Amino acid sequence: MGDVLIETQGISKEFSGVRVLDNVGIEINKGEIFGIIGENGAGKSTLVKILSGIYTPTEGKVFFEGNEVDIKDPLHAKAIGISMIPQEFNLINELNVYENIFLGSEITSKGFLKKREMKKRTVSLLEELKKSIHPEEKIERLSVAQKQMVEIAKAIAFDSKLLIMDEPTTVLTLNEIETLFDLMRNLKESGVTIIYISHKLKEVREICDRVMVLRDGKTISISQTDEADEEEMARRMVGRDLSQVFPEKVSPSEEIVFEVEGLSSHGLLEDISFGLRKGEILGFAGLVGAGRTELAETIIGIRKKDSGKISINGKSVEIRSPIDAVKSKIAYLSEDRQGSGVLTSFDMIKNTTLISLPAYSKILINNKLEKEKTKKYVDKFNIRAASLKTRLEFFSGGNQQKVSLAKSLDPEPEIFIFDEPTRGIDVNAKREIYRFMNELVREGVSCILISSELEEIIGMCNRVIVMKEGRITGILEGEHINEEEIMLHATGLKGVA
Amino acid sequence: MARENVRRRFEYEKFGPLIALAILFVISAFASPYFLQTQNLLNILRQVSYTGIIALGMTFVIISGGIDLSVGSMVALVGGVVILALNWLVGIFGAGGEAWAILLALLVGLLFGAGLGALNGLMITLGKIAPFIATLGTMAIFRSMALYIGSAGVFRSESRLFPDLGMGRVLGIPNPVVVFIGLAVVFAIILNKTRYGRYLCAVGSNPKVAKYSAIKVNLTRFISYVAVGITVGFSAVFLSARLNSMSSTNGGLNYELDAIAAVIIGGTPMTGGSGSILGTVIGAITLGIINNMLNMLGVSPYLQGTVKGVVIIGAVLIQRKRAQ
Repeated sequence: MGDVLIETQGISKEFSGVRVLDNVGIEINKGEIFGIIGENGAGKSTLVKILSGIYTPTEGKVFFEGNEVDIKDPLHAKAIGISMIPQEFNLINELNVYENIFLGSEITSKGFLKKREMKKRTVSLLEELKKSIHPEEKIERLSVAQKQMVEIAKAIAFDSKLLIMDEPTTVLTLNEIETLFDLMRNLKESGVTIIYISHKLKEVREICDRVMVLRDGKTISISQTDEADEEEMARRMVGRDLSQVFPEKVSPSEEIVFEVEGLSSHGLLEDISFGLRKGEILGFAGLVGAGRTELAETIIGIRKKDSGKISINGKSVEIRSPIDAVKSKIAYLSEDRQGSGVLTSFDMIKNTTLISLPAYSKILINNKLEKEKTKKYVDKFNIRAASLKTRLEFFSGGNQQKVSLAKSLDPEPEIFIFDEPTRGIDVNAKREIYRFMNELVREGVSCILISSELEEIIGMCNRVIVMKEGRITGILEGEHINEEEIMLHATGLKGVA
Repeated sequence: MARENVRRRFEYEKFGPLIALAILFVISAFASPYFLQTQNLLNILRQVSYTGIIALGMTFVIISGGIDLSVGSMVALVGGVVILALNWLVGIFGAGGEAWAILLALLVGLLFGAGLGALNGLMITLGKIAPFIATLGTMAIFRSMALYIGSAGVFRSESRLFPDLGMGRVLGIPNPVVVFIGLAVVFAIILNKTRYGRYLCAVGSNPKVAKYSAIKVNLTRFISYVAVGITVGFSAVFLSARLNSMSSTNGGLNYELDAIAAVIIGGTPMTGGSGSILGTVIGAITLGIINNMLNMLGVSPYLQGTVKGVVIIGAVLIQRKRAQ
């Protein structure tokens, strides 16, 4: 083994008393590609945020090139040679490509910007990534994949010794992923060390030398990539067999309760048609930016449609706002829990009855009735909170999501749209939500499940619609619901593009 | 441990303004022998009731995430129009029907105030103009209209009965104080016990969540501006009744500052989403006692603004500490 570039000893991190990272020790060699895998909330991002100076560890030490370092902030990390490509874009929309790449590290001469020099460097960086993006294009006009490439260019623009990539391929097509992997191999040749975070096991196996599995903040294993197959890695990630996570599927009736015909919205959706059966879970798969959330938001009247028809039980309905959607018995569980799902400054009771409040009040609100109903949801969903009056900002993600569910469920919907219902919550809460969806369809409610987690789509859905760039590229049923078919349709290699 | 802290902070938030008022009250009682006299206390209440009434509506606007800077100018314009209407009505009804004329004039004041509030509300919701800008504009417009209609002078009432409304008492309590307390009870019930109050907090806390939750966000915000317009109507009628006139230059001058200050001292955060009517009443009374004490202690009136400013800034500092 070569020289050790970075080493951690007993790194732990607590957020308001909750231990999200527990005594993690790693040693990564120079020129190695080191994979970190784990479920959402396993602590992957927390660990690399410590290494790149965004968080300070509660306990533990970090050694870089043999010396103990106390990485104060991302600027400090960059200065000693650590750069990170974050999971969420960190680009300024109003600036153009080269200004973003050199933001904070502008090339100057006597206090003046050397724009030509920076543009030239940008062009050659993007050439390396096989991307022809004009250096003076505004970030806001780039596609999601192009933005990702700019992030990567920004990270490699300065000679880093350690490059951290946090789920960089989520939004990339297969070709783009190949280009990225070639680049990573080149960087490795020239001695750069890479930490690669993903939950896509196949990619990790393809590119990484060694893999660490994290679960609930703890190191489960560190092994050579070829020592464990995908199934074994998945078991380590989840801590149990995958089959236990999802309840048995329920067969829907043939009756179509909800139908969308020719729905279009300029630049977002094109000619979307599908039917939802009573008691069905219909999955919507696709890459980020495929238009799935936009479709849901158009259905419930948040976004305006240009054309198309929606009918419920064979009758055409006009939905212009969420108010109409609630009247039509449609519920939407938003993917953005805190942005559009629950009010973090409200307590559980006020959140639960927010949509269905008219049912609790003539002139004055019946507080007793509200409280009783909320208690029922606490039991039903096993919500853990200090009291009914605790504000939601003090809840964990999983418990917030359960309150959000209770809120959407309280108006007694017949059609329930789930948008990334398990994002950022722990495995147990996930299982409870799957069980709840199963219960719903048994009661005859029809569900749409939008999810970027393929296991979830495969494990839960009766049929799967795959979308790409605002269009439906395929409707999969039965044995066709598998990872490969979904990805082929999602990237446009198969189906109507 | 963490949970303990949460609870303690919550109670402090609720009782902080009240404790501050109690301390101020005790200090004042020791500082001046006249302070505790019933007449002085009633005087304080009467003095704060004009801006206090407006502060009730302002609480709604601030909870919704907005602000209304135009209330001071609105007092002058509404007061002026009320007096013009009263004079006209007295002419029609004659001396025998003056009480009717006054009642109708009160109605005119409330409706006109609601109308001006609706104008602000429309610009902010449909016109999507930032509340600060929209009401900064109408602040200038309303004052200028009052000056123009009143020829930069004083609107004088020709009614002999009108001052009785402003100077009168119910069971020994001055009329404006009765109205202030009565409206405070109504506003508190609306805020804490009705759907509208719940929606108002939701809209101020996160308009996007409110929209996704099938709440009429624009209507909710619009109503809060109408509400503050109605409170201005009450304030303008009782203020002009007390003086039997309304100055187009000085009427309601800087009332927006006192109203906003009362809301903030009362613990309602400027960021919206939550608030307390009781807090606003306490805030208004706190301001009144400070003024009263400074007068009794013979502090230069020029320095009173400084003290008021320090109290406002101090209240916000304490709030921010709480939020952390």
